[in-house]
Amino acid sequence: MEAIAGERRISYDARGLAEPDAVAPRIAEIDGEKARLDARDLTTRTINLELRRLLYEEGVKEVEVFNPMSRHSLGVGILTRCKITFHGSLGYFACGLIDGPEVHITGRVGWSACENMMSGVVVVEGNAGSLTGAALRGGDLVVKGRVGARTGIDQKGGTIITLGSAGSMTGFMMQRGRIIICGDVGPGLGDSMYDGTIYVAGKVRSLGIDCVPGEWTDADTELIERKFRIYGLGSPPEFQKFVCGKQLYNYDSLEPAERKLVI
Amino acid sequence: MCGIAGIIYRDGSTHRIGDEMTRMLQSMKHRGPDSTGYALYGSASNGSLVMRYKLADANTPRDFEFEDRLRRHRFEVESRLAALGARIHEVEEETPYAFRVTFDYDGDLKLLADFVEDIPEAEVLSLGHSLEIIKDLGDAETVHRQYGLDEFEGTHAIGHVRMATESDVDIAGAHPYWAYPYSDVAVVHNGQLTNYFQWRRRLERAGRRFMSECDSEVIAVYLAEEMSKGLSLEEAMHKSLDDLDGVFTYIAVTKDELGVAKDELAAKPLVLYESDDLVALASEEIAIRQVVDHEIETYDPYEREVLVWKR
Repeated sequence: MEAIAGERRISYDARGLAEPDAVAPRIAEIDGEKARLDARDLTTRTINLELRRLLYEEGVKEVEVFNPMSRHSLGVGILTRCKITFHGSLGYFACGLIDGPEVHITGRVGWSACENMMSGVVVVEGNAGSLTGAALRGGDLVVKGRVGARTGIDQKGGTIITLGSAGSMTGFMMQRGRIIICGDVGPGLGDSMYDGTIYVAGKVRSLGIDCVPGEWTDADTELIERKFRIYGLGSPPEFQKFVCGKQLYNYDSLEPAERKLVI
Repeated sequence: MCGIAGIIYRDGSTHRIGDEMTRMLQSMKHRGPDSTGYALYGSASNGSLVMRYKLADANTPRDFEFEDRLRRHRFEVESRLAALGARIHEVEEETPYAFRVTFDYDGDLKLLADFVEDIPEAEVLSLGHSLEIIKDLGDAETVHRQYGLDEFEGTHAIGHVRMATESDVDIAGAHPYWAYPYSDVAVVHNGQLTNYFQWRRRLERAGRRFMSECDSEVIAVYLAEEMSKGLSLEEAMHKSLDDLDGVFTYIAVTKDELGVAKDELAAKPLVLYESDDLVALASEEIAIRQVVDHEIETYDPYEREVLVWKR
């Protein structure tokens, strides 16, 4: 079975798996520890295979990728320390499941960027779609534009910084980590959050269930100044802090049926 | 899942939108391979009407009398148009079961559509001065080839790739939907409506007809109903945010406007690109990049946003 995506032909196997037999195209120009890759005529899988080849087999430490053309799932699952620059925009699931890389994206990213990132740094110059930093475990994700809805959903660590505004349900069910938003946020901020901290400089449309204003400490000032200094974001604006009210914490109370068993 | 796309040229100039929309939809094939549909706005042909209709669906049994029935029904459509006083210019056979007819007519469009749809299996896919809805099973390349959309020139278009979740895989269930009986209005939708049956019953009581079991059809008919009460497209779309329940992002078009509305949860994706000469929007940026060949600045609209552009 074959299909055309733009001018590229993609084959599928009987299970519907795209490009089951893809191999790394070996077209990147390698210069010592640096490499340049023009992705214009490659498919998603061959771009990712080429990135893996460069980083794992060729000992390259710094890769520049040109013409990513907003394709999905680029730069996923890279588990080594390296520097990757994408010159252009990426589609959905960009740089998901990474552990270690320092990624710079000069364009925009689609939905679910850096999902489940373990460590490393991702800097996006443009805007980001919804579900940015979903289930983030560690590392820093910096978006210089605005982000969509449900940023930091299920976040379990790390820091998400956005210079623009954020949509509804930001920090939905977050469990740990920090979200720093320099613009306004939509309704339902921090809905059902377990823990973690959300800093907002702009207007908050409405707070979600069990999200309450928190008490500002010196540690907060230190954190924000440090992050702004590291990423060269200028002097930080004044933030409000939001944390979990812990009114929904019912872990110690037993169900009526269970209570009888204990007694 | 489903994928939606739209493109409108701000200066009203004509472009090869059939070809452009195919490239956009084909790049989103992974969002829905079941069927593909287009609503294309061609250059208005000096006051005459264009009607696209089909006389059989993909699931219609191909029995021994199938072809004979098609021939009789096709003749019946033409004679009924003539009986209503329409002067037919041309009837084009796109596929054995889908046709395009141009004619002059100045009577009531609802009457005409009802009279045609009274023929068994007949469905008016679109009716208007510039709107043409083309939809069939398969991916965008397949439909594009089948209906010869290469040469189609127009000012704006919307399209849809479908992954059927709520109703059958057939042409009746494919998008876009024409806002019966309102001329030149069409809708594509990505999402699920949870109060579909309530609205369907309400609108049926108001005299609107439904040709499919697909929840998206209700949006088109709802907008037609509101616009016939005197609301503008933008006002009707704002009202729909309160009236429709569920998750949705839909694009609605009229002969000179293109609008998009997003539900309260912003649950369905949409990426927007605005420049001085065109506005392009799609479920994924990869589709927009098929028609804009340089790096672009795009963003996702937030919840409860309604945006309308005029050409």
